[in-house]
Amino acid sequence: MEQLLYAILSLGTFAFIAGITLAIASKAFHIEGDPLADKIDALLPQTQCGQCGYPGCRPYADAVAKLEVNVNHCVPGGERTMLSIADLMGVEPKALDEEESVPVVAFVREDECIGCTLCIKACPVDAIIGAPKQYHTVVADQCTGCVLCLEPCPVDCIDMIQKPELLEHWSWPLPETHRAQLGAERRESHHD
Amino acid sequence: MIKSLLNTLGFTSPPFDGGITPNMCKWTEGSSIKTCPLPPVLIVPLKQHIGQPCTPLVKIGDLVLRGQKIAKAEGYLSAPVHAPTSGKVIKIEEHAIPHPSGMGMVSIFIEPDGKDQRDMLLDPMTNWLQRDPAELRERVRMCGIVGLGGAAFPTFIKLLKDQRHPIETVILNGIECEPFLTNDHRLMVENSATILHGLHIVMHMLGAKKAIIAIEDNKIDAVQAMRENVDLLGDDLIRVEVLPTRYPQGSEKQLIESLTGKQVPAGKLPMHIGVLCQNIGTVKAIDDAVMLGHAITERVITVSGDAVPNPANMLVRLGTSMRFIYAQCGLEKFDNIQILHGGPMMGERLRHPDIPVIKSSTGLLAISDARMKVAHQVEEPCIRCGHCSEVCPVNLVPNLLADHCRNDQLERAANYDLFDCIECGACSYVCPSHIPLVHYFRYGKGQTAQMRREQSFAEVSRLRSEGRDARLQREKDEKAAKRRKLRATLRSESVLNTANEEKTATQPKTEVND
Repeated sequence: MEQLLYAILSLGTFAFIAGITLAIASKAFHIEGDPLADKIDALLPQTQCGQCGYPGCRPYADAVAKLEVNVNHCVPGGERTMLSIADLMGVEPKALDEEESVPVVAFVREDECIGCTLCIKACPVDAIIGAPKQYHTVVADQCTGCVLCLEPCPVDCIDMIQKPELLEHWSWPLPETHRAQLGAERRESHHD
Repeated sequence: MIKSLLNTLGFTSPPFDGGITPNMCKWTEGSSIKTCPLPPVLIVPLKQHIGQPCTPLVKIGDLVLRGQKIAKAEGYLSAPVHAPTSGKVIKIEEHAIPHPSGMGMVSIFIEPDGKDQRDMLLDPMTNWLQRDPAELRERVRMCGIVGLGGAAFPTFIKLLKDQRHPIETVILNGIECEPFLTNDHRLMVENSATILHGLHIVMHMLGAKKAIIAIEDNKIDAVQAMRENVDLLGDDLIRVEVLPTRYPQGSEKQLIESLTGKQVPAGKLPMHIGVLCQNIGTVKAIDDAVMLGHAITERVITVSGDAVPNPANMLVRLGTSMRFIYAQCGLEKFDNIQILHGGPMMGERLRHPDIPVIKSSTGLLAISDARMKVAHQVEEPCIRCGHCSEVCPVNLVPNLLADHCRNDQLERAANYDLFDCIECGACSYVCPSHIPLVHYFRYGKGQTAQMRREQSFAEVSRLRSEGRDARLQREKDEKAAKRRKLRATLRSESVLNTANEEKTATQPKTEVND
């Protein structure tokens, strides 16, 4: 009987001390926000296009971090983004929702623009400049190609044009050898 | 074999780690420099250097003189472009340039008038010894001089007299380790006095105490020519050093290691260890700029290869079409021939010969398809022989790096120091499985650069988006505050009004009372 009492007492004391330590640690090492969501957010292309069904990149990152949605909904990020998020989350990679598209930027046909400022309000990165009843124009270097400005335009004067390929940004393609192709095919089959 | 054994045992000192000794094929080393005639039209691209492209200063129909500045440099890392001869600007439009992508660049087309009249805007600075180094440096910048060894880095940047990193030794790079190329070799033989004079100017600009002229032992006549001139001056600050022939000894960092035994740390420049390297052609161009006031309008190139009937060293105007130059050497049909711009190890293959020569063109090679097939065979699996690691001059592990690049494992490739690779091609040269290793590295570097660009763009976009959200929130708050204020004033007004009404309502009463 006495032994039983000792056991309960000693274990109880341990548990009490451990509990207090844990309580202090959780206060002392508390981290604001969700660190996982931050990491995912850093991987996303930040186009703020909403094609994933969330109002921006950050909300999508939060949802992915809470395992509410799959990792394959970021269309502009493409396969590389999907793979790195899957790698970070430790989940199986999934095929993309939509085909990866070429990078585009918005272009306002100025002679047709009526200066309604609706596209300026829609732009998530403030890349369109203009004033009421003045022509608007897109700062091409800052446009993320999210297409959010197309829909509100009442006169349909915005085109999405392919981003010009710059000589300085050109990079070598993979060598066209049989082995390089074999590797590429193997990777493709692995992703499906 | 015996040599490498001796090296490992420490009996002889190897010039630098790794390296190869390919068949040098220096067929043109004995032929003196010929002057190429003026072509019917000169095509001058607006970017012939590392850095930002230039903006044109001339219009269509303008008459220009030789050496007249026709495009101005934009930004610090840039060099202006000059008219290669006198004539008329006939058009300004995009034209193919020597670049592996086959993409074009806006170019100025000049029709020569045949007079070849010089623009005498810049005076000769014959009293350069009394001039301020900064003034001479400005002259080098204005004359559009870039490194003529192939990299085309604006020279004036390297010639900055920096207090924190004083240059003690100037190395004149006469190595020319690429097979086939002999343009620097011929320059040293034929213009040794000018080159030596240019070297003195460079030493004066930097306050350097000594200079080394480095030449490989397969160019004995160049060594003799330079030695004779050094002896003639009785200068003991300059010494001519003969190094054993080894590729890629002409690479800046490898040459410094061979000469001084010091390694330039990764990510650092030679000036951080007190050394500056200059190419032979560049030093001659500096001398011309200072002594004659001539901007860079021509350069020496080697035209060679097994498909060229009469290989030659030629002094060509910048902007001359390669087809015209090949024609001077007897090559007119380009069926089953591959064209290389630069040397066979590091040069790039061009798709057609209708491309102008630019400041960075060191050589033009034409190699028959049959010969090319011997060098470029079908890629086979890596057998882990380790030859690539042995010959790598920067001690990388090329086979592992290539695997990572091929599989898009860019971070791992970066951890294996992908960006220290100098793309010399020694690993691809020795690979028994014919793996195009350097091609994989170029792919990996390009993809990494692309990824970094995307990341920085995403970061900028995120900041802009957050800024916009903050602004919208602020506007909303301001609006709400205004509304609240308005409501408050309205309420107080209405209170006042009701009070007034009450007053007016009570006033008659008082009147009545009165």
